Amino acid sequence: MAGPINWLSQIGSITKFGLMSLPQRRGAVAATVIGIAGVVAVLVSVLSIAAGFRQAMAVSGSPDGAIVLRSGANTEMVSGFGRNETRVIADAPGVARNAQGPLASAELFVIIDLPKRTTGMDANVPLRGVEPAALLVRDNLKIVSGRMFDWGKDEVIVGRGAAQEFAGLDVGSKMKVGRYEWPVVGVFAANGAAAESEIWTDAKVLQAAYNRGDSFQSVSVRLNSPGAFQEFKDSLTSNPQLSVKVVRQSDYYADQSETLTRLITTLGFLIAFLMAIGAVFGALNTMYSAVAARTREIATLRALGFGGSAVVVSLMLESLLLALVGGVIGGTLAYAAFNNFHTSTMNWQSFSQITFAFRVTPELLVRGVVWAAVIGLIGGLFPAIRAARLSIAVALREL
Amino acid sequence: MFPVKFFHLIWCNLKRKKLRTSLTLLSIVVAFILFGFLSAIQQALVGGVEMAGADRLSVRQKVSIINLLPISYEARIERIPGVDFATHQTWFGGIYQDPKNFFMQNPVEPEKFFKIHPEIILPPEQMKAWLATRTGAIVGRRTADRFHWKIGDRIPIQSPIWGADRTWEFDIVGIYDGAKKGTDTTWMLFRYDYFDEARRWGKGQIGWFTIRIKDPSQAAEVAKRVDAEFENSPTETKTEPEGAFIQGYASQIGNIVFIVAAILGMVFFTILLVAGNTMAQAVRERTGELGVLKAIGFTNGQVMALVLAESCLLAVIGGAVGLALARAVTPVVADKLAGLLPMFFLPTHALFTGFSLSVALGLVTGIFPALQAMRLRVADALRRM
Repeated sequence: MAGPINWLSQIGSITKFGLMSLPQRRGAVAATVIGIAGVVAVLVSVLSIAAGFRQAMAVSGSPDGAIVLRSGANTEMVSGFGRNETRVIADAPGVARNAQGPLASAELFVIIDLPKRTTGMDANVPLRGVEPAALLVRDNLKIVSGRMFDWGKDEVIVGRGAAQEFAGLDVGSKMKVGRYEWPVVGVFAANGAAAESEIWTDAKVLQAAYNRGDSFQSVSVRLNSPGAFQEFKDSLTSNPQLSVKVVRQSDYYADQSETLTRLITTLGFLIAFLMAIGAVFGALNTMYSAVAARTREIATLRALGFGGSAVVVSLMLESLLLALVGGVIGGTLAYAAFNNFHTSTMNWQSFSQITFAFRVTPELLVRGVVWAAVIGLIGGLFPAIRAARLSIAVALREL
Repeated sequence: MFPVKFFHLIWCNLKRKKLRTSLTLLSIVVAFILFGFLSAIQQALVGGVEMAGADRLSVRQKVSIINLLPISYEARIERIPGVDFATHQTWFGGIYQDPKNFFMQNPVEPEKFFKIHPEIILPPEQMKAWLATRTGAIVGRRTADRFHWKIGDRIPIQSPIWGADRTWEFDIVGIYDGAKKGTDTTWMLFRYDYFDEARRWGKGQIGWFTIRIKDPSQAAEVAKRVDAEFENSPTETKTEPEGAFIQGYASQIGNIVFIVAAILGMVFFTILLVAGNTMAQAVRERTGELGVLKAIGFTNGQVMALVLAESCLLAVIGGAVGLALARAVTPVVADKLAGLLPMFFLPTHALFTGFSLSVALGLVTGIFPALQAMRLRVADALRRM
């Protein structure tokens, strides 16, 4: 009687039996599927915010890029250098060079108020003064419409994200900052990196506009290779003329994304966890009522010689299947609603807006489906055990 | 409508399928915990706006809040008609041990600060101690509790903005409370004179002014006059009511929080849908019994009330437990959020809303089975037994 093939065929027939009875339990089944779809949709959506933000920061830092700040400064905002220092930094060993000289850009970073397109409310937008090497020290940076600003002129180019998010940054328009007007001459893209949230102009022009003399706030460099970082760092930190902090671009941006990522993942997991508990209750209720409705069938099957474990497995399979359907629906919903959803938020470290797109990654979808499966298994286990333990005689007497 | 003795009957009905009842109850509890979080998030976003003083204006530098304003503007602002007085604050951006321990620390003018912020309460003797201690600082109850600070402690703080090469030391001379529950008690406030003397750069410049105006209905006019006063100067100003200022700041976090809230709202109703379905099912299964009740003399109204009372009881118990748990848990979550959302708490009015929602849930889920039960014809019902 026993034997694995027989056991499997028992499971198959009980499961088939259960699935065929689903339409009779429409309400409860729909409630379970919707509940689980909700959990997965929420989990995936909320985490896609964090994933998108982390991604924007991750593509911002190239492995062979480094950023130099004044020692003690954790952001550009509070850093500062004179021209002499930036020259020493650019000439340090390990910095890549081309025909024009070292690939190093001494930069200025200020914040201006611009209204958001969606709300019309002012937001802090970063305005960066750069040197010609700036386009080479960052990865994948290119002008996508209009042209590059002319060096020495008070023209700006705006990042693609900034152009979408803030009003008055279309090519050809003039950006008003205080009493100055800056013509917008181009839009640049950087593969979704943080730079796309910024507005760029010539560092010298920005120095003049802000009465900054010949001072800068940071130096971004491209190194010969990712391995050259240590050599570069050591030469700067051991230089008695300088008091600097040298970080890899990737670490710098990872650090910036930490606060927001932590906020979102804390909230996201908490909410998803609570909902998962709610969904487990829903699934339990459905499966218990499924077992209750099929008491006689199950007892009859047992009386015919079907094994208890086959009953357990097939009921769990049924529950798992419902959960997976819910999980797939939830994941699809989240994907449809939020993948590539563009928004902007406050980057607390630079106290300015950063634009980014939500990302529903395959890993997130897999994670959502795994949650659904766990909910389904838990929701099926206890009712299945109850069904298997049913006293056959008592159940049949109810006929 | 029906005697209290029927409560026993309702209770027995709920107990009949203990497992189903408790699972339904737990889903309702979870839904209302979520509702609690939703309210706390909303509070975190709009709470500051609610707490803003109607008689206060904020003045910041026009280009960006990070640009400073000369302190000499204070006297000029105070001469503008409609202005009662003005005081200022500056973003200190200090770090206590680790950047993760974020909380706001600002230099202020103690006496004027308290005059303009009546919602902040400091015992008079602590105020006296603050005025007598140049390096003194007062700190809000929440931050004091968070770091276990007591009066008399000396707190070292680094400020990358105002001089990274030194450690600022502050003597805690007072701990303030909020007059209302929504008052932000995470700030640390210290004396501007100490700050101005000790900072490395920017002496005589401050972050923003807060103005008290004589007549709140004149806010827009006064704001215009302030901005006109400094128009075409190297540092122009932007003046707006404090509420708008805070709202602008909150909106910078953007629609992310709104999206989270929207998702939460959807979830809340999904869970309720699921729970409601189960509750309705529970009544439908008992059609026969309801017929018996009618046969032994229960009126239509009584049967309907019985069914409604049962669903309402379940919903209200679930709602109350969920809200209570949310109330207990939100402070813990708030600490996890590490001062990023200082207004994250569950406001009392949300408890009332939540409670009303739970009653509504009971009524909505109970009403269709209840109507069915009322219309039930005894003969039909008994035949089904």
